[in-house]
Amino acid sequence: MVGCYSSAPCHRRLILLTEATTASSFNEKTVKYETENYDKSLLSSKMIHSLFLVNSSGDIFLEKHWKSVVSRSVCDYFFEAQERASEPENVPPVIPTPHHYLINVLRHRIYFVAVIQSEVPPLFVIEFLHRVVDTFQQDYFGVCTEAAIKDNVVVVYELLEEMLDNGFPLATESNILKELIKPPTILRTMVNTITGSTNVGEQLPTGQLSVVPWRRTGVKYTNNEAYFDVVEEIDAIIDKSGSTITAEIQGVIDACVKLTGMPDLTLSFMNPRLLDDVSFHPCVRFKRWEAERILSFIPPDGNFRLLSYHVSSQNLVAIPVYVKHNITFREGSSQGRFDLTLGPKQTMGKAVESVLVSSQLPRGVLNANLNPSQGTYTFDPVTKLLTWDVGKINPQKLPNLKGTMSLQAGASKPDENPTINIQFKIQQMAISGLKVNRLDMYGEKYKPFKGIKYMTKAGKFQVRT
Amino acid sequence: MSTTALYNDQGGAEPAVEASQESAPAAGAAFGLFSADFKKNEDLKEMLESNKESLKLEAMKRVVGLIAKGKNASELFPAIVKNVASKNIELKKLVYVYLVRYAEEQQDLALLSISTFQRALKDPNQLIRASALRVLSSIRVTIIVPIMMLAIKEAAADLSPYVRKTAAHAIQKLYSLDPEQKEQLIEVIEKLLKDKSTLVAGSVVMAFEEVCPDRIDLIHKNYRKLCNLLVDVEEWGQVVIISMLTRYARTQFTSPWKEGAAVEEDYNKAFYDSDSEEKKDPEGAKPYTMDPDHRLLLRNTKPLLQSRNTAVVMAVAQLYWHLAPKQEVNVVTKSLVRLLRSHREVQYVVLQNIATMSIQRKGMFEPFMKSFYVRSTDTTHIKTLKLEILTNLANEANISTILREFQTYVKSQDKAFAAATIQAIGRCATNIGEVTDTCLNGLVLLLSNRDEGVVAESVVVIRKLLLTQPTQHSEIIKHMATLFDKITVPMARASILWLMGEYCERVPKIAPDVLRKVAKTFTAEEDIVKLQAVNLAAKLYLTNSKQTTLLTQYILNLGKYDQNYDIRDRTRFIRQLIVPSDKSGNLNKYARRILLASKPAPVLQSAFKDRDRFQLGTLSHSLNSKAAGYQELSDWPAVAPDQSVRNVEVIEPVNEWAPLVGKAKPPESDEKFYSDEDRDKKDDSSDSSDDDDDDSSSSSNEESGSSSDEESDKRSTDSGKSSGESESSSGESESERKKKTKKAQAGKRKQSTADSDSDKSDDDPMTEGSGSSSESYSSETDSNSESVPAAVQQRKNDVKSKPKGGDGAKKEVSLLDLDDFLVPPTNTTKSSALSPSLLSDLEGLSLSGVSATTQVTIPTFGPVKCYELLHHMSGKGLSAKYHFPRQPCLYGPGMVAVQVTLSNCCERPLEEIHVRQSSPAALKIHSFNPIERLDPEASVTVSLGVDFNDSTQAANFQLCTKEDGFGVSIQPAVGELLTPCALSETEFCTQQSKLRGMNETSATISTATADSSSQAVAERVLSVANVGSVASSETGLLRFAGRTVSSQVLVLILVDAGAALLTVHSEKSVMASMLLRDLKRALVQA
Repeated sequence: MVGCYSSAPCHRRLILLTEATTASSFNEKTVKYETENYDKSLLSSKMIHSLFLVNSSGDIFLEKHWKSVVSRSVCDYFFEAQERASEPENVPPVIPTPHHYLINVLRHRIYFVAVIQSEVPPLFVIEFLHRVVDTFQQDYFGVCTEAAIKDNVVVVYELLEEMLDNGFPLATESNILKELIKPPTILRTMVNTITGSTNVGEQLPTGQLSVVPWRRTGVKYTNNEAYFDVVEEIDAIIDKSGSTITAEIQGVIDACVKLTGMPDLTLSFMNPRLLDDVSFHPCVRFKRWEAERILSFIPPDGNFRLLSYHVSSQNLVAIPVYVKHNITFREGSSQGRFDLTLGPKQTMGKAVESVLVSSQLPRGVLNANLNPSQGTYTFDPVTKLLTWDVGKINPQKLPNLKGTMSLQAGASKPDENPTINIQFKIQQMAISGLKVNRLDMYGEKYKPFKGIKYMTKAGKFQVRT
Repeated sequence: MSTTALYNDQGGAEPAVEASQESAPAAGAAFGLFSADFKKNEDLKEMLESNKESLKLEAMKRVVGLIAKGKNASELFPAIVKNVASKNIELKKLVYVYLVRYAEEQQDLALLSISTFQRALKDPNQLIRASALRVLSSIRVTIIVPIMMLAIKEAAADLSPYVRKTAAHAIQKLYSLDPEQKEQLIEVIEKLLKDKSTLVAGSVVMAFEEVCPDRIDLIHKNYRKLCNLLVDVEEWGQVVIISMLTRYARTQFTSPWKEGAAVEEDYNKAFYDSDSEEKKDPEGAKPYTMDPDHRLLLRNTKPLLQSRNTAVVMAVAQLYWHLAPKQEVNVVTKSLVRLLRSHREVQYVVLQNIATMSIQRKGMFEPFMKSFYVRSTDTTHIKTLKLEILTNLANEANISTILREFQTYVKSQDKAFAAATIQAIGRCATNIGEVTDTCLNGLVLLLSNRDEGVVAESVVVIRKLLLTQPTQHSEIIKHMATLFDKITVPMARASILWLMGEYCERVPKIAPDVLRKVAKTFTAEEDIVKLQAVNLAAKLYLTNSKQTTLLTQYILNLGKYDQNYDIRDRTRFIRQLIVPSDKSGNLNKYARRILLASKPAPVLQSAFKDRDRFQLGTLSHSLNSKAAGYQELSDWPAVAPDQSVRNVEVIEPVNEWAPLVGKAKPPESDEKFYSDEDRDKKDDSSDSSDDDDDDSSSSSNEESGSSSDEESDKRSTDSGKSSGESESSSGESESERKKKTKKAQAGKRKQSTADSDSDKSDDDPMTEGSGSSSESYSSETDSNSESVPAAVQQRKNDVKSKPKGGDGAKKEVSLLDLDDFLVPPTNTTKSSALSPSLLSDLEGLSLSGVSATTQVTIPTFGPVKCYELLHHMSGKGLSAKYHFPRQPCLYGPGMVAVQVTLSNCCERPLEEIHVRQSSPAALKIHSFNPIERLDPEASVTVSLGVDFNDSTQAANFQLCTKEDGFGVSIQPAVGELLTPCALSETEFCTQQSKLRGMNETSATISTATADSSSQAVAERVLSVANVGSVASSETGLLRFAGRTVSSQVLVLILVDAGAALLTVHSEKSVMASMLLRDLKRALVQA
């Protein structure tokens, strides 16, 4: 009975189903297609599949695959995009190809091209690639050039092997990597060649397992020291008339901590309210900051960026230099006038140093014949880039660059005057007025040397003319 | 690099070609190999087969170099695979690299290496186990699937979290190799999801996402744990977990975006009420209240906005965008804007996402408008994205600022960017009615620009703008007609022609003239211009046939014989339409209505308009097309699924070691489950207030007003369970009240400490400049020392503190203590218990005549090693050391006794020192009774019982004072997991003979060690392991016997001085090998 009872509706449903399928056969096809697609995507793994390193002349000089091998012909799509882009920086970071996606990062004139097979947050890959470059540069080879990578191809391979497992980041913390794979030094290379010993650590880094994964254990120094650099950068756009269109201050605190054992540091500021938006190294205890505005942390060993911050926009930004400019092109004439004077302002008595002015002159400019009152200038007739290495600004005798530009005969007057980019440094001053109050160490008994340095730099500092 | 050159030529390869090329480079490389590298490889082979490690290493390095260059080195496989068992770690690693690369191609040979990995999987060193698993799982050979499966299962239960992490990675590898294994792999994933290690969490969620993203049910039980662990997970894992939780939340919670959700303004308040409200009317009809778990997720991800990792920040931003109530999304703005300081590629992706966000929510980014101003140094795609965002942000208030900024951009040397700016101006003009005229005038001015591209773009934009309000712009149209002579860009010319045609009645004199001009140049025009010329001719013919009939005829004739069939087609069509003939019938009556119909104005909208169909931060969003494997974010469910699925039943701490006398056990509550030990161990220092709340949470409702929202969270989830607690709390009420007053005191005291601290902080400023040495933690004068309590006071405190136990287990103990009243803190609860000190007093008396085979002997004391449990600096003055007393544990037969010496190194008394276990506990720990008060400089020794389960896994728990909790761990040496056992020599020999083969490990020791006196050797063995020595008749042969504490497995140690051999026998081979290693080290150190 029960069987009978249940079979009838079953039948009906079957019939309904067949009707539905005939009626919507087209729909069903698309559905089927999608499921197939889905299945395929399941088979293909996520995250980074392969990595190709491409130099500026378009050669693939290193490849590494974490899963099955992807033919390097996939890079053709990248080269295509590269060709389309007028400048190296204009290559789009994410390039789709029929079967893969290429996410690339350009650092030190090397493209790091990661091959992805399916959906992944692009920033995940981009951030990882930058981390790889940072590791090469800061922790291992000092520079990240093609030559350095080629010379150390084995170390590079070992590093990549440790940093990524099955396309997923495994160990990216520099302290851990350094324990796994010793950075090459001249001495160690020599010893290794003689004794046949290795660069590879034999012990599992302790940090990987502890609550303090960024610090290795058993650190020992004879001179215990902790130095902090507060570096602020001014980003600004100044308009023609010298008024500020936008200006903001971004700062970082870089640390160099060489302390024995497991020190627990706290760093407090005189005026923490200046800090608006902060991002921390993972070692900083967030809650403590939230509650007390104190940086409390067990530092990693060596150099690291403790904090980066943005100074709240309510505060007016002091602009430490001003530019007087007079750049003119006259219609019909093959000559242009160029006159530029720099001067200090609002520097609180500190000297403005390492000043470098650069400007992309219009395409019509053939050459520039200028006369600097100090420093040297260069003009590249191919890229039309004018750079003037000023050095230090002397408030008594303001640096000036003056002269003429020769224009292409017959070319019309450029409609825009060039933008002037300025770089400078001011030592011993944080332009926002941020001041560290004190640094304390807990957890260890010795007395460390402590030091703090302030510096202000130009970030993206532009003057429109 | 010959291959690259080859492929460069095929730059424009069709998509389909790619697959067929797959095999090509290998062949190409092989070709190169035969020509040039052939000799080289011979020589590599020789090096690999030599006996010298250094030569082999050198060869492998060169091989890796070949692989890196993409050259084929597969023919070296046989020579290389032999070295897989090499002792040299670097050589081994390089061989691994090679194997992973070529195993798929040389499956048969690859199988030779498998046994090596299988052996390595059992290695005592976790690093070796992990790397063996990594390589084994990376070898893509289907034949070894069962072996991989087995290895993964084993590794998933490994003691080392690092190995478990690699197991999680291996799951994905195996799955991509053989999807058939899905079911089994899901089981492993399920198991690993329960793992509490932060190391594992990210990787296993990754595996989950890849293998079974649809099995959302696996997440329920782990949801809260994942939320709470999130801050401590490594950054890459955070990204994966956050995106998974986003998906999860969209299926499990109801939308917070409903109309009239004004309640959310003060969500904390809503929270506190939620408890009672839910009970009253569970089926809605009340204002939206957020699921506490939903809130938990939002709250725990927020701090991650401060991460240095841009991917994490983006992940949190998208989570807030997709999950948070509308008014809370703003918290992500600042962080996103901060990311714009990062690398170019990061900027690109972040700007894309901001562009999408800014369409829907102008307000979010408007205050940061200036951050999107374009700099001349930005690259073109960054510039266009910024422009896009600025256009999205434009409104009546800021349009003038934006337009002024745009004026600068229009003059940019980057012409593509200038053209994009013109389009942006056009968009602003259509969107904001007030500025349409201004924009239009500005654009007309641009028509006299020297750059053709700019002019052309302006014409196109003007055409679109005119369509929206054509009435009063005949001047502009006239101006454009005069431009027709100058402009050569086809698109612009076509636009002008179209405009003329459309508004020919408004410029009756000019339009025919334009037609005349275009007729002259018709043959030389581009196709789009020709088409528009035909259109214009037709329209003029209809409106002004007197002047234009001939011209139209002429143009139609030219079009009739054009090369392009589109134009021929159009011409034929137009002719039929406008020229009346017999064939065309009635159609030409309608020609006017067809050609001169009023056209709807075009809508100028953002290119990012439709991108919000993709989840932010995804690859699909970035590409604006669905990427493979993209999973749609589901819509909010109308009705929230069952919330209780996320409740975690507490695994009851097994308390056989604490038998209850008389009183029934109060029902277990998971009230404390989400207390601080799970969250953020690093942040303990600032958590003190939370701790207090936790302690008092069981008291009553009246407190809820003051307690933090976190607690209320807990309360509401556990609402059903709290009833069970009334039983216990009624008994406690008396002490509870006392406790409160005391807490108030403590609070005051704490405050005064803080005051004195802050006073001091000012007089010691940090010195500027480098190299200045200065103070370090100078001794602080204790201004607030309370009078040392008298003994009576101490006792009172004792009573008061007891009900405050951290978790259920302890509560029971304390209840028991209440019955017994006043038991000294170090005492145990067992009825027959002896205090450890008493036991040690007695040990000389009892257990003398050893006869029975398995009887426990008296521990032979080696030197007691003391280990640090908690340094006083990290413990805020509380320091703890522990040692293994090697006594049988009082709390249970399977437990190891640990004595902990607690001392107070700070100036103020520490109160309520107790142990809090994370529940469900990984290991059974029997904790000591809370210590009410520890005065400065005082110390006290307490004993713990830990069931290590015969593993060297560390026992983790929290040592808590009244204010703080400190995560600590006891890591036992393998020798401490033994208990001595008395055997006669013959028994020893019989047992030994049973434990041969697999159960035997041995090592040689230096003869120097062997030569030293047997007394010394015995001492050293005993210092390492808690075993009993067996009387021996042979000299130079030392025997020791012990049992593992937990499973009572026999462990035999034999030191043969003559043969310089050390042998360990046990069924527990892992323990045996670890013990052997320890013993060997101890003997060598001598």
